[in-house]
Amino acid sequence: MSNFSRRDTLRLLSAAIAAVGASTALPARAAGGKITVLNWKGYGTDEAWSLEAFQKATGIEVVHDYFSSEAESLTKMRTNPGAYDVVLLNSARVSTAATEGLIEPADLSKVPNAADVNPDLLANPNFTIDGKGYAVPWVWGMTSIAAREGIAIASYKDLAAPAYADRFAMDDDAMIAVAMGALMTGQDINDPQDLPAITEALKSLKPNVKMLWSSEDQWNKSFAANEFDVSVFWSGGAVRSKRNAKLPVDFIVPTEGAIVWVDGLAMATDAPNPEGAAAFIDWMIDPKFYVEWATKVGAPASANAKALAALPADDLSAQVHKPEYMVSKNVMSAMPDERREAFNNLWQEVKAFYAE
Amino acid sequence: MPNKATPQRASKGARILPQWVSTTALLLPAYGWLTIAVFLPLLTMFLFSFMNKTPMGKAPIEFTLRHYRAFIDQPYLIKIATNTLLMGLWTTLACAILGFLAALALVRCTHGARRETLLILILLPFWTNGLVRVFSWTMVLRENGFLDNIWHWIAPAAGSIAILYSREAIVIGLVHGYLPYMILTCYIALVTIDDAIIEAAQSLGARWWVILTKILIPLAAPGLISGAVLTFVPVIGSFMEPRILGGKVGVTMGTVIEDQFTQAFNWPLGASLSFTLLAVTMAIFATFSGVLRRGTGGTA
Repeated sequence: MSNFSRRDTLRLLSAAIAAVGASTALPARAAGGKITVLNWKGYGTDEAWSLEAFQKATGIEVVHDYFSSEAESLTKMRTNPGAYDVVLLNSARVSTAATEGLIEPADLSKVPNAADVNPDLLANPNFTIDGKGYAVPWVWGMTSIAAREGIAIASYKDLAAPAYADRFAMDDDAMIAVAMGALMTGQDINDPQDLPAITEALKSLKPNVKMLWSSEDQWNKSFAANEFDVSVFWSGGAVRSKRNAKLPVDFIVPTEGAIVWVDGLAMATDAPNPEGAAAFIDWMIDPKFYVEWATKVGAPASANAKALAALPADDLSAQVHKPEYMVSKNVMSAMPDERREAFNNLWQEVKAFYAE
Repeated sequence: MPNKATPQRASKGARILPQWVSTTALLLPAYGWLTIAVFLPLLTMFLFSFMNKTPMGKAPIEFTLRHYRAFIDQPYLIKIATNTLLMGLWTTLACAILGFLAALALVRCTHGARRETLLILILLPFWTNGLVRVFSWTMVLRENGFLDNIWHWIAPAAGSIAILYSREAIVIGLVHGYLPYMILTCYIALVTIDDAIIEAAQSLGARWWVILTKILIPLAAPGLISGAVLTFVPVIGSFMEPRILGGKVGVTMGTVIEDQFTQAFNWPLGASLSFTLLAVTMAIFATFSGVLRRGTGGTA
């Protein structure tokens, strides 16, 4: 109930903000110099140095609105039509936003840097629906194996090896667990047909499972305390642990591949400034911006191959995020509620088995 | 005198409102608050538990009873529920023993300012953030943690005694969190026992265990029982302690319900599991209601 009413309050508040925004938007549009971006706070688009340079180059002023959960970003778009120009969307949310008419197909002719984005990824059904590209892939990351330096893992099946008895940490996330089970059993990570096989594959890890982690901080503390050697972990998290906490960790992608997430930038329906939106998206996937972002602040891997290649060779993130790991079929996708529920129940059953 | 008083009372009665109005006015804030803060959220969750999906977005909502079949469709939930109830039982038992003894020590062996200081020390866990409390336990219980290091220092050859990520660790964390309830309820019950009763028993030759089992425990039973209820109910719904201290064995009804709300975004299933748990708890208390009534002074 508290969530429900808070959502309603938010809706009212954002409607009020939209009303104020609409009354002030007109003169701004006449000047042709303002766009509104909807994103997580501190996630690349709102770097002050970049926005200054962008305004100098194009004369467009960028203002931000933030969300604190992916569900909230959709709610904000639903309740404030015409308020946003550029929105950040995870690959699994693009199709929802597109079918609800919240975003418009991207005109790639106005985003020249999109030519350097992996064409396989551009054509991914998460971004291209009915032949129309709705969002431009921006940054990506992986979930795969992080192990103590010196340990080699060739396949996810090796995780069940007796060598790692009581030394394996699993990510307490139903979607990741099922996707990994699907990779172990050679199935599609987004639509596996044989769920019992996945249950068995995950259950086979039981003698090795020491703990289930649910936050990066918890992972770092437990790894530092030598509680496990091998784990399922995020690529970005592994880079941070190695760079910031100096932990002896290697990120490994076995032969089956990694579980990939992609964040894209899309143009909102009825955007007040579509030209400005396209220019900003282009700016965001430009290698020049990316290299500065990644080296100055730290960033996930760019979907632009040229941007990734432009990173200094000793950059940890560049070493971890090899372009060949960005496999389109391993991108986590949107899924119907029934399947999501089945995945959650499967993981709950496996966790109960681990707890025996 | 009565003749004089009657007109006065009548004139006063004309000025003040009927009694039910003032009663209602006095009760309204409390009951209004209860309605908003307790009844409405519970009712909403109860309605959610019959929906086929979380009401969000534009998707149409259908009503279904299938979430209440979860224990049949997903039989592993029964095992989780059993473990959860056992966890509640052990925690309550440990709290009852430790809490009763601590309250007894407070009442029988301390006076005045020292007693107040000790009471405040006992209440300290209440003032610290629960998360901080639980994480500090991970530091103590983990391998190469505080306890383990001391043990290695005493007995270098012996193996590790780290018990983080076990059921024992969960119970330790829960007992630490809920012990103050038990101490306070037992303290209130014990402090009312007249010293003369114990002195009488001693003068008649009663040994300490007779005094304990025949006098102190029966007279403190109301405190013990209300403490047990106050401990057991939140413990079987707890999710933070099992998750952080239990590692892979920390799968309880609390964590399953939490997962439904935070990860799976399946509020209806989470709500129906909560109400099933509520029904089980109420059934347990109904079964023992005779004992409870006797214990809380129904026949005393």
